[in-house]
Parts: sequence; structure tokens; C-alpha cells
Amino acid sequence: MIPSMAVTVTVNGQTRTLDVDPETPLLWAIRDTLGLTGTKFGCGIAACGACTVHLNGKAERSCSMPLSAAAGATITTIEGLAAQGVLHAVQQAWLDQQVPQCGYCQSGMIMAVAALLAEKPQATDQDIDAAITNICRCGTFARVRKAIHGLTGQGGA
Amino acid sequence: MGAVRKWTRRGFIAIGALTGGGLLFGVTGAVLSPSRHGLRSDDAEQTGELTTWILVTPDNFVTVLVPQCEMGQGAQTALAMMAAEEMDADWSRVRVREAPATDAYANGYIARAFIHNVAVFEKGFDYGTYRLARWLGSQATGGSMSVRGTGQHGMRVAGAAAREMLLGAAAATFGTRPDELTIAASTVRHAASGRSATFGELAKAATQQPVPSSPVTKDPRTYTLRRTSRQRHDIRSKVDGSAVYGIDFTMPGLWYAAVEIAPVYGGKLVSIETSAAEKMPGVMKVVRLDEAVAVVADSYWRARTALQTLQPQFDDAGHGNVTSATIFDAFDKALGAPPDMPSNAATVIKADYRVPFLPHGTMEPMASTARVDGDRVEVWAGTQDPLNARKTAAAALGVDPQQVTYTNLALGGGFGRKLPNYLDFVGLSARIAKAVSPAPVKMVWTRENDIQHDYYRPAGMARFSGALDAGGTPIAVRSSYAGGGDSESVFMPYAIADQDYSPRDAEHPIRTGPWRSVLNSQHGFFKESFIDELAHAAKRDPFAFRRDLMGEHPRFKAVLERVAAMANWGTPLPAREGRGIAICECFGSIVAEVAHVAVSPEGVLKVKDVFAVADCGDVVNTDTATAQIEGGVMFGLSAALLGEITIAAGKVVESNFHDFRAMTLADAPRVHVDFVMSGAHPGGLGEPAVPPVAAAVANAIYAATGVRVRDLPFSRAKLAATS
Repeated sequence: MIPSMAVTVTVNGQTRTLDVDPETPLLWAIRDTLGLTGTKFGCGIAACGACTVHLNGKAERSCSMPLSAAAGATITTIEGLAAQGVLHAVQQAWLDQQVPQCGYCQSGMIMAVAALLAEKPQATDQDIDAAITNICRCGTFARVRKAIHGLTGQGGA
Repeated sequence: MGAVRKWTRRGFIAIGALTGGGLLFGVTGAVLSPSRHGLRSDDAEQTGELTTWILVTPDNFVTVLVPQCEMGQGAQTALAMMAAEEMDADWSRVRVREAPATDAYANGYIARAFIHNVAVFEKGFDYGTYRLARWLGSQATGGSMSVRGTGQHGMRVAGAAAREMLLGAAAATFGTRPDELTIAASTVRHAASGRSATFGELAKAATQQPVPSSPVTKDPRTYTLRRTSRQRHDIRSKVDGSAVYGIDFTMPGLWYAAVEIAPVYGGKLVSIETSAAEKMPGVMKVVRLDEAVAVVADSYWRARTALQTLQPQFDDAGHGNVTSATIFDAFDKALGAPPDMPSNAATVIKADYRVPFLPHGTMEPMASTARVDGDRVEVWAGTQDPLNARKTAAAALGVDPQQVTYTNLALGGGFGRKLPNYLDFVGLSARIAKAVSPAPVKMVWTRENDIQHDYYRPAGMARFSGALDAGGTPIAVRSSYAGGGDSESVFMPYAIADQDYSPRDAEHPIRTGPWRSVLNSQHGFFKESFIDELAHAAKRDPFAFRRDLMGEHPRFKAVLERVAAMANWGTPLPAREGRGIAICECFGSIVAEVAHVAVSPEGVLKVKDVFAVADCGDVVNTDTATAQIEGGVMFGLSAALLGEITIAAGKVVESNFHDFRAMTLADAPRVHVDFVMSGAHPGGLGEPAVPPVAAAVANAIYAATGVRVRDLPFSRAKLAATS
């Protein structure tokens, strides 16, 4: 049996010590231990992206990373993306374009796009297609692309 | 095969018959029955409840309690707009709330989506169907019926009634007649005296006005709120992570359950090895059920980890030899010889089409929290029918539904998976909670549980024959089909005198259910592919061929012509690019789509654009209506391109998004949407964009490559150029 062993991480600016099994995927520590349920469970195999968070500034699918691997990391979840109640530009674009339908995949979608644009503010369609591989079953893709284009100032229709 | 329930007119009448005349009571009770919207709580005066769904409070807010769930379709906002329009309420002072899962909000309006010409019986009909729905425990959101059922016949009328009550209250206050008053932006004005009062100021007095049973609704030409784009009330919570879905529910002392279910539907648990699991940290209990086993632990991950040590053995319910091949062989046999064609046919073509089983694959896997404490039961989940969820939990526990308190939360997708009578997960969660009573326990399915224990879109097969006379005019289309169908799904709007569509039975043990557009996704592909084949056999342009046969169906023709114009139909395209067109009626709306595809010499298919035109009669919230068409196109396209469930040894082979593949951004076309505002009775929008897309793409692939794809998904087709 794996002994419990506390892992310390910084989540949305707060240092948190999590006393859960270190093999627990980061996703479940975020959702069930920290109570930050905006990060979603979709597949558990890093295939759908619903669980995407920022780990040291990079998009990471938290369902497939053990908590132990995140020790000492700085993590941002969807709840921490807005600063002092002001929506992040990606969130605002999502609101303006009314992107979400059921909304379940959109936390992960927004986190993935925010990470991409932080790295490549002028992301091309090729960059977008390569980086944003999140699954959305409602089919919001047309608006996702439109919202990203609004942020990059690129793209046509 | 499990029966596919569909909210069609025929299906509804079947329910009426089933319940031994409940519907008849509604109709014959017309004169004496109260108005549906006039049913109010005892404390209406305190809450500001003017009609069943509308509250006006002293803070000058109108609150609309919508008995429909929100799963992304925007129905809650649209229905509130329909009520607010009639009231002339200030939209910025309208709150939208989901109605609770109590009998008062039972939803009989699903009937009105299909039977809307009830004329003088209207009042009694709606009351009767409400009583019927209440008795059946139904509060369903499905059948693309929110706007055309509850909205058209409930919210609109309730809004008009509230308006008359506010006018009555103002008239009494001002000492004037109601017809001397006007309303704009939640304020009632008396022009002659210059007096005015806000809805908030009139709220209390308005609750004491009688509820008018037949209020006058607005002339649609005077609408100011409807037919505009308004932000959905729930979007903000879905961009900041604060929306609470069924899977997100939590409470103090919560336990977690992970489950494994018999891999062959109908199978029973034979044995498990519990000794290791029971010693694992945090594990409270291993719960043995007939068809499943669950581990309840103090964290979800601990429950999952312990579950993996159980080595459960299940029997195969006698279906261990069933495979996709045996199912399709049975379809093939059931269909028999291709239908005969008339002897005067100059040209006869024949074709078989096949579509696979499909899972719903809602992004939120099934999840439900339950607590059983003595004779009190509480359940929290996201479903398409709160009252049926309550009933399902009650039935699973053998208690009365009145003992169950059910709270509906946001749905991470529905698509038919969470409709009434398909809530297996709610019953399972209740049974697990009973085994650990009184602990509250949240059961979360893995994606593997979800993909392998769905109620699948039925696989199907159709066998068509068609005939042209010597002049190239179609004279006959006949088909036999297996896998389900109904009068709407097989309907072709073409003036071909000799048409016949014959269902054939081919039993199989795979559990099936309604999947966004129900029977229309299969038949849309079959019939609109075949009419295209017939057009090419006649050496005609596929658009013109269809249009010229639509003389008796002007709404179809108008939609088809609009989409062709929008897509620049007929203009030249580069080599290995093509356009395909298809049109279907589904849940009362007509949608035509043109797909523009490119197929690389290596055979890689890219859908570049989809143009979609819908005639749903009228549009309430233009932006969400557009979003539903966009989403329907993508949902249907994802399935057509990639979607497939296969069966081996009686089990579902696919298990997660690595082998059940779904579309991502790179696959997604541009989608261009327009509406024909025909003024016809409102049709649905959640589903009708799905059925045409597979055929539109198949027809475009043919135009681009000369290859006719008759089996879905397209990922299996060989489209490389032959050199």
C-alpha cells in the first residue's frame, strides 16, 4: 500500500498542502480535495482535454498526471484565470461569442486556448488545429475558432 | 432490441392509449378544467407568483421558472424571452430559473408540439396533458419541443396572462380602465394622467387579480424581444467554472462510488474477489448488485483503485456469440431481395446503405449522488427529466416517488442519453446509496462505463430500388429497412407516385435509445443518398432534380433554393472538390444542407464548409437558434466522419475517446446558417440539423471523386485517387 504523503502545490495563487495518495491524478485532487470543480473529468486518458489546467504556465491534462508529479508546481485552474473578478481575455471572448453550449468541455477548452495564446499571441489556424485538440460533443467548434480569431486578429470568416 | 421511444405525434397518442383514456379526459374536460397556467401555489401572494411559471417581485424583477432543463440548447433563455415578450418586460430585469422537480411543474406540453390544432378544446387539452404528465411523472426536455411545446402553448400564454394581471392591478391603483394603459420596459403608464408604476410596485396587487384563462397574445409583427439575439443566462457560469453539473455536486460527509457493470447487456454478476479491496485504505464497502459491482470509498480515486482488484466475473446473458457481423447479417437477411420495380421502368438502380451503432458520448460521464436515510431519499444529478429521475430512483428502491427529493443540476450534454426511461445510472446510484445508508454517495462513471453501457443509436440498414422512365423522370422508390424508422424519418418530399418504405424486424440484444434526432439520422443518410443516386442516374443536377419534384411541398422547396443560393451551388470548383445537398424534415422543422468537401489524392477527406438553412416557423433567440444549427451539423458530422460502436462477443469493443473517435477543431468545417421565417407552427431546433449532414457529405464526396459511400462512418471509405 502506498502511504499517504503530503504534496505541496500552489493553486490559483494559494499554497496548498494536499494529504492524499500521491498517485491520485491531479484532476481528482483539484476537484475533490480542493473543491475546484470547474476542472472537468471527461475521459481519464488525456484524450479529450476537459481536465486541462495550467501547470507552470503550460496546458496540462490533469487527469493523467499523478499528484506527486506536480509537487512544487504552480497551477492555475479555470477558477483562477480571471484576475480580481475581471474575466481573462479568452473568457471574455467566449462570453461575447456565446461559445459554450452545455459548457462541460469549455473550462478545458478555455485553458488550452489561454495557454496557446500566451505562447503564440498571433497563433495561425495551423497552430490552433495542432494545439487545440479538445473534444466538444455539442459542436461549438465554429465559435471556438471565431473567438480565437477575434483574439489573434487573424483568420477570415 | 430495445424499443426506441420517440416523441412523435404517433408516439404521444400511444402514450394516451396506454394510460387508459387520460388524454381523453383532457379533451372532454375542456369546459370545466382550470387553465394550465392558472395553477398557482398557496403562497402565491408572498412569492409574487402571477401564473404557474412567472413571479413578479417588489425588486422589480420578473422571474421565469422554466420547467425545461438546460443542456446547452438555450431553451431556458428562449422560453423566458417568450414570456417576457408578452409581458413587455424589461429584459435586463428578467431572471431565469429552472423549475423544481415537483408535480406542479410536470410537463404535458410535449403533446402540443405534435398536436397543435386543438382549437376550442385548447384549455382543457393543456390541463389534461398536464394531469397526464403529472400522473406519468414527466418533466421531459427532448424531442426538440421546448419552444414549440412549452414555449408556444405555455410561456407565451402565461406571459400574456401576467400582463393582463399587471394591467388590472394598475387600473385599480390609478382608478382607470385597463385599456387606457400601456406597458413598456416593465412599467405601466397612464398617458392621460401621466401616472406610471413599475412591475415591482404592482407586484403584490397583481397577485390578487384573477388569472385570465384565455389572455390575448401578441401579434408576432409587434415583437420587440423575440427574433433578436440575447445572451444566454447560463453562459457566464460556463466560462468561469462556476456552473454546477451533476458530477460536481458535493456535500459534507460525501462518499464516492466507482462501478463495473456486466459487459454484455443483461449479464449478471457471478463472482468477485473482495478481500484485497476491503483492506485498502479509505474503502467503506464493496457493494454487490445483480448486474454490477461498486466500491464505496472516501475518495473517488481510492474507489477506482480498489475496484480494479475485484476481478468480477459476469455471465453473458446468452449473447456471447453476438458480433457486429451477426447483427448486420441478420439485417441483410431480413431485408431480403431488393424491392421490385414497375415493368415500365427504363432505368432501375439498387443500393444498400448501412449505419453503425453510436454512443451519445456526452462530455459529462453519467454521475449521480444519492442518500437513503430511513424512508427519506435524496438524489442529485443532471438529467433531461427531473420527475422521471425521481420516479426512477423510487422504483429502484421500492419506495413512493413522494419520498424522493430530486434536484436537477446542469447537464454536461444530453443528446437523448438522459431522457425519461433511460436513467439507468440514477437507479444504480440509488441502489448503491441504499447499501451504505445513511451515507451520501456520489457515483461517477468512467468514460469506459459510459461508452460501453449506453443506449445506442440503433445500427440500421436500408435496401432501396428506384426507377426512372425513358425521359429520366423518377417513377418509383421503394425500400425495406431494419433498425427502426417511422413515418417522419422515411418521408421524402418528392412527387414520385410509387413510394413504399417497409420496416423489417431483425432482433438483436444491444440496448438502443434515442440519439439526437432519433430515427432521422439513419434515414436522412439513406433516403437523401438514394435520391442523389437517382438524380445522377437521370443525369440531372442533384439540386434541380430535387427541386423539380417539390411542387407539392413549397416549404421544402423554399429551404432548398435558399441553401443552394447560399452555397453558390453550380459554380465551378477545383478538381477533387465537390458539393452535396440534402434536405430532411425532423421534429417539425425542415433543414437543408450543402456540404463542400475536398478529397486529397491520398484519400483524405476534408469538409470545408457546411451551409444550412432551416425553416422552424419562427425564431425566438436568433443567436442560440443559430448555435443549435451549428452544433447539430457538427454532431451529425462527427458521427458521419468517425463515429462507430462495434460488437464482439456480445460486448461493446470501443471504450474511450481513443477508439470511439469524436471530431476536434481541425476536422470542423465553417458552418453558415440562415433561417426561412415561414410563419408555420414552430418546429424544433435541437435536433433537425443532424439528419441531412451525412448524406450531404456523401453526395459531395461523390461529386468530388465519383466514389459513392454507402456505409458510415466515412473514415472506413477508400477515397484515394486511382491512377
